[in-house]
Amino acid sequence: MIRRLLLAVALAFAVPALAQDNSIVVASTTSTQDSGLFGDILPLFKRSTGIDVKVVALGTGQALDVGRRGDADVVFVHARSEEEKFVAEGFGVKRHPVMYNDFIVVGPRSDPAGVGKARDVVEALHIIRDKGLPFISRGDRSGTHVAELKLWKEAGIDLERDKGLWYKSIGQGMGAALNTASAADAYVLTDRGTWLSFKNKGGLAILVQGDKRLFNQYGVMLVNPAKHPHVKKAKGQQFIDWLIAREGQDAVANYKINGEQLFFPNAGDPNA
Amino acid sequence: MPENLSALDLVLTGDPALFAIVRLALVVSLSAVLLAALIGVPLGAAIALSSFRGRDAAIVFLNAMMGLPPVVIGLIVYLALSRSGPLGEWGLLFTPQAMVIAQTILVTPIIAALARQTIEDLWLEYRDELTAMDVRPLRRITTLVWDARFSLITALLAGFGRAAAEVGAVIIVGGNIDGFTRTMTTAIALETSKGNLPLAIGLGLVLIAIVLAVNGLAWALRRAAERLAG
Amino acid sequence: MIRFDEVTIAAGAVTLLDRLSLTLAAGAPTVLIGPNGAGKSTVLRAAMGLLPPTSGRILREGEPRRAIVFQRPTMLRRTAEANVRYAMADADRTAELLALVGLEHAATRPARRLSGGEQQRLALARALARDPTILFLDEPTASLDPASTKAMEDVIRAVGRQGIKVVMSTHDLGEARRLAGEVVLLHRGRVVEAAAAPRFFDAPATEEARKFIAGELLV
Repeated sequence: MIRRLLLAVALAFAVPALAQDNSIVVASTTSTQDSGLFGDILPLFKRSTGIDVKVVALGTGQALDVGRRGDADVVFVHARSEEEKFVAEGFGVKRHPVMYNDFIVVGPRSDPAGVGKARDVVEALHIIRDKGLPFISRGDRSGTHVAELKLWKEAGIDLERDKGLWYKSIGQGMGAALNTASAADAYVLTDRGTWLSFKNKGGLAILVQGDKRLFNQYGVMLVNPAKHPHVKKAKGQQFIDWLIAREGQDAVANYKINGEQLFFPNAGDPNA
Repeated sequence: MPENLSALDLVLTGDPALFAIVRLALVVSLSAVLLAALIGVPLGAAIALSSFRGRDAAIVFLNAMMGLPPVVIGLIVYLALSRSGPLGEWGLLFTPQAMVIAQTILVTPIIAALARQTIEDLWLEYRDELTAMDVRPLRRITTLVWDARFSLITALLAGFGRAAAEVGAVIIVGGNIDGFTRTMTTAIALETSKGNLPLAIGLGLVLIAIVLAVNGLAWALRRAAERLAG
Repeated sequence: MIRFDEVTIAAGAVTLLDRLSLTLAAGAPTVLIGPNGAGKSTVLRAAMGLLPPTSGRILREGEPRRAIVFQRPTMLRRTAEANVRYAMADADRTAELLALVGLEHAATRPARRLSGGEQQRLALARALARDPTILFLDEPTASLDPASTKAMEDVIRAVGRQGIKVVMSTHDLGEARRLAGEVVLLHRGRVVEAAAAPRFFDAPATEEARKFIAGELLV
């Protein structure tokens, strides 16, 4: 019996190594996975190229770290400044804009403090800070966390000085942040895609949206084979090319939840 | 996994994605327990029968390792297997093999510590007889392991329980890749983060059922074998 | 031959053997008698090599092959025949030995499921599997009913007839009379009297031996 078990273990190790490996690893963000986008578009890519895309979904900061260590072939994230730094340091070959959606501030539907009546996101953040309303921060160096910190800065609020018990940094993904906000009737910044596909909204509702400061751009980069020679350069580039060409862009545009489009392709926009 | 389905639907309709996840979870955890047993049982037996300086410290260390957080082991294995790490050449990060390695490290101290206790108890019973029979050290170990085999099943089950229940190590080194390294626990974590709490709970119940089934099977085997061998 | 030369064995503050000298030579069975705590089991364990002397020497001459049956033997968690085979030194005489102790019917039963008397006999078969030249038996009939005692004593006689030197302890004087070639009376870790069985029982040389045979307490 022991011999048979050993054989099974040996096989479990050997089979993936023997199998023709036609796959790439993409380090991406929780928002692209949790929103269901990958589940929708990757089968289309596989059908046209035969390549399996293995998605490791992390916060943007962690996803870029995975790329830096050479543990992914492609990085697909949403924090432009971080992405440009990644390329400038030589870890990424070239950054390609792919699509955008937007961030929104969600909070308790009753909204007694009137955050939803604010003219823009800056005013909304001031109300939250001034009244000490519970606010959930990702706190995980994700794209959304980077965007949130940028918004506080644009609102002229010094978090280091002002944050108190009302500001809760949980160090987890978007879904966990929404679950926490839902349970605690708190305010939270989220990307629209994750929000639309999120199933545990409870008493939460969208309170702030449409501010151009809430724009959320996604970019994709091939991990630099010059730094990490084992990177699957050809297949990774094939994925990027597909994503920013007509076929991939249409696939992104066609992904909808309850008739609502989650991501808007903009690969052709040189400023994105 | 299809949206808007309950775990019961997935089970009843024989959802292939669910069964792939269950199969992977079982293969990974059982492989880890098997490897950990091959390392941990002889290690525990050797400590049980030997006396050396620092033996007490070794036992305390082993017992403490039982409580090592999976996420720490995951991180260490991640850094080791990363392309930038010492074993990066192997290209094992984000594969089921990496998950087996992490869980083997997680489970070995449990099996070794419990085996040490079990075998030491049996050794106290057997010491006079085996010494009188002039049994050599290596044969003592094989004798004790063989005769303690039914009690050692409990150690293996404890190891399996820990492996099957943990998410911290496998999610880091496996990456929770859909259809490749997604197991029961990482799927539950994912569904929770998607706010799909009913499905997450449902998958949790499926996991409990599987762990129960494995334990039940092991128990039945143990009883049947004990009846034959005393 | 095994010879105790001024052997003292102490466990902490307790002296188990006190400058004890004794020779165990080939021939008829040697039976150790004496009150509880006299040192009977200690002598057997020391002769077996399981207890090192604190002082004095235990000398072995002619490379004796030793085996022992403890007062409460531990059976391996295996079948009866597997227990015997485990101890077997050379050719497989498992069936023969099981027959000798009257356990051929129980060969494939788990050893730990046997009765106390059966386990005692199985332990004897297991000790014989070591092909000993000298066999130590620690109270081999202490926990047995009369029928099992009779069976055990018959086996011990058969073993003696095969030329194996038997050294056994007992607190049953009747048994000592039935089996002993030589009797050794121990008291407080010392040999009080050692003599051929008929002389020991008919003409004890010491006051202690007379009292012990008469069933009086030794203090």
